[in-house]
Amino acid sequence: MIELRGLTKRYGDLAAVNGIDLKVPPGELFGFLGPNGAGKTTTLRMIAGILRPTAGSVRIGGIDLAADPIAAKRKLGYIPDRPFIYEKLTGMEFLRFVAGLFEQTGDPVERRGRELLALFDLEEWRDELVESYSHGMRQKLIIASAFIHRPEVIVVDEPMVGLDPKAARTLKDLFREYVRRGHTIMMSTHTLEVAQRLCDRVAIIQRGEIRAQGTLAELRAVAGSNGNESGLEEIFLRLTGERATRELVDVLDS
Amino acid sequence: MTAGNKKNGSHEIEPGNGALVARHRMLSGGVHVVPGAMVTPGGGHVVPPPAGRWFGALTHLLWPKWLSVRARARVPDRGRTGRVVLLGVLGLGFWGLVFGVLARVLRYFHSVEEIGALLAGKLLGVLLLSFLGMLMLSSVITALSSFFLARDLDLLVSGPVDWLTLYIAKLLETALHSSWMVALLALPIVTAYGVVYDGGWLYPLVALAGFIPFVLIPAAIGSALTLLLVNVFPARRTRDILGFIALFAAAGVVVLVRLMRPEQLARPEGFRSLVEFITVLRGPTSPMLPNEWLQRTIMGWLTGDFDPLSLYLLWSTAAVLIVAGAALHRMRYSVGFTKAQESTQRWAREGLAARVFTVLLKPLGILRRELVLKEFRLFFRDTTQWSQLILLAVLVVVYVLNIRLLPLTGDGVTLFIRNLIPFLNLALAGFVLASIAARFLFPGVSLEGRTWWLLRASPLPMREVLWAKFWMGTLPLLILAVGIIGVTNTLLRVDAFMFAVSVMTITFMTFALASLAVAFGALYPRFETENAAQIPTSFGGLIYMMSAVALIAGIIMFEARPVYAYLRARTFNEPIATGDLVLGFALAGTLCIVAIFAPLAYARRRLEAIER
Repeated sequence: MIELRGLTKRYGDLAAVNGIDLKVPPGELFGFLGPNGAGKTTTLRMIAGILRPTAGSVRIGGIDLAADPIAAKRKLGYIPDRPFIYEKLTGMEFLRFVAGLFEQTGDPVERRGRELLALFDLEEWRDELVESYSHGMRQKLIIASAFIHRPEVIVVDEPMVGLDPKAARTLKDLFREYVRRGHTIMMSTHTLEVAQRLCDRVAIIQRGEIRAQGTLAELRAVAGSNGNESGLEEIFLRLTGERATRELVDVLDS
Repeated sequence: MTAGNKKNGSHEIEPGNGALVARHRMLSGGVHVVPGAMVTPGGGHVVPPPAGRWFGALTHLLWPKWLSVRARARVPDRGRTGRVVLLGVLGLGFWGLVFGVLARVLRYFHSVEEIGALLAGKLLGVLLLSFLGMLMLSSVITALSSFFLARDLDLLVSGPVDWLTLYIAKLLETALHSSWMVALLALPIVTAYGVVYDGGWLYPLVALAGFIPFVLIPAAIGSALTLLLVNVFPARRTRDILGFIALFAAAGVVVLVRLMRPEQLARPEGFRSLVEFITVLRGPTSPMLPNEWLQRTIMGWLTGDFDPLSLYLLWSTAAVLIVAGAALHRMRYSVGFTKAQESTQRWAREGLAARVFTVLLKPLGILRRELVLKEFRLFFRDTTQWSQLILLAVLVVVYVLNIRLLPLTGDGVTLFIRNLIPFLNLALAGFVLASIAARFLFPGVSLEGRTWWLLRASPLPMREVLWAKFWMGTLPLLILAVGIIGVTNTLLRVDAFMFAVSVMTITFMTFALASLAVAFGALYPRFETENAAQIPTSFGGLIYMMSAVALIAGIIMFEARPVYAYLRARTFNEPIATGDLVLGFALAGTLCIVAIFAPLAYARRRLEAIER
């Protein structure tokens, strides 16, 4: 479970995230959407314990992150949007290292590492240095590392970037199966079809504040969309006030 | 076709099509493109822009660097004032110390007729030679980053940027990055010469006119050498090979210094006559090297015997090297740049030794074992890191050899002096250790830069990160330190008491220097630097070295009194003043303990506050 109360992050006068309240219960895949610069990554990085909130609190699995960061982080797996990892470790060594950070070692880690690498078609690269991996392969390795210690909660920032279609499909199936087993996933994405198909509930953030949250039907009601057929893209554009099409024509005509 | 004709793989921007050129300019980030110019994907440019516009394009390329520096200075940062004050105090203290000591020596030389100026010149020659070595070393390291690894290169190479503009911009960047530390070190030295020899108001300009080509020459050589290597070897190997090139450059400087035999000049009685001594002093040490030309320029001006030939040699050599470097850049840069983007596939299976090491680390627990293993693997798989250990070995051998060559027999060399030298040797050994710690321990936290997210998002107390960095660096450093002191003390045949004092002192000093290096590395991290060898040359690296020198000076100062009391008592068979002994060593010990624990505690708090 993830619980955010009045979560705020300020950089000088700018409020990147402004008083967010959210609750993601166990067994739910929660989508976090918003335009570029809306505060999605900042929020996720605060949940992961990388950034310290200016105000408010984060609870992971019922543990306050500020009060007991080590215990809270033990329950967490974080997948960043940019796949930066140690270049001079092999894929398998990296997984072992991450497991070690969670004080896990031995045969269970070896077995699980092999399974995760096989799941993402990285098995034959397991003993090769990360520096020779492509962007997509690094992304797959980071995703695998987030699952190595069987976290209760996974926070993931733009997971589909750089993945080939097969890996993207694998990841979607993995996420669905993971929440079916009672775990929690909070995911930011720009791919609205993915969010629409995968997520149980969605929140839309803009200028650091939550514009709306709920199921697709609830969002439709908030956005005032006609009928049941309007998709997440239309709802998103209505709620965020984006005028993408008109702006595009303006730019091309100018 | 609106975007121009395709001709031999290049795009020609049609003359007279103002709107198109303006559009092209906009898309390329404002780089000026002359109508009719041939732009190749690799950066080739057949029609050079007029000089005025070329200069505009050059400043345009350098402009983002300036904006970045300015932006960094403007970002609100808690604790910056404290750090700036610390830097100011340390910097001024260091400059004052160098200036004071050198001015005193030069005043003494100045008072000696005939050979005073010659000795001052020789001293300047040795200093400039070591500067030249430092410049060569850092130019080679910096050129690889600025010409082939920098993140702005994708944008610049894919844009219609004239090859000459790119070359000059990157050469200036290389020269600036590789020389600022030497410039800071040179300032009090050059000032001391100017003040003691009364250089007049034109002297700073003369010194500057000499120093500019002195800095450009190694930058041009380093850039050309890097370009050739990148063309011959795959990029990943080039980094390794550069390590060896740097090693040979440094070894070359060491050999040159040895050939000068500065200790010979300290013993004029070794010469058959005064004439022979003066002849040696007057003769050029390395007539083909820029340090000699710069030394002649400065000393010539200061002694009223200015010969413009030296200045001419400096400028003409710099010009020739830059022109040659530009020609080489035009011919080979695009091929080299392409090669630099290629990666190699490398497998890493661990052998028996690594498995034994893993088992040995078991008592540390899972977390610490994994952190140590990670540090160990990253270090030994990065050839840019461990290849510099060879450089270290050369330095240590030269150091021990120099101790062996010290004239410790003959007139006036008493038991007092023979035991005093190992004590002073501690200061020198401490400086060597500080330099090694700057290279290997200081970059520790910075190297975590891009992977910092992983450590932050893990249930990992920051003290564990520091623990791993500290012990992985300190243990090898300690073995080296005790080894050097043990061997040199044996060579010097010091007595048991002084042996014990020096071994204890160097042990405490090593822990303190290592702690300072790790802590300053955490306080002044350079997370964005691609090249580990560049990190110690940063602002924080300089502050670390200054603090290290201050620490060494403090320890030596506190121990000087008890050591003197002991040696005096032994020489004159007097009773030893135990109070002096205890107080001095207690003060030195306290200083070391504070220097071990306080910086690490401060660094831990700082690490916990780092957000990226």
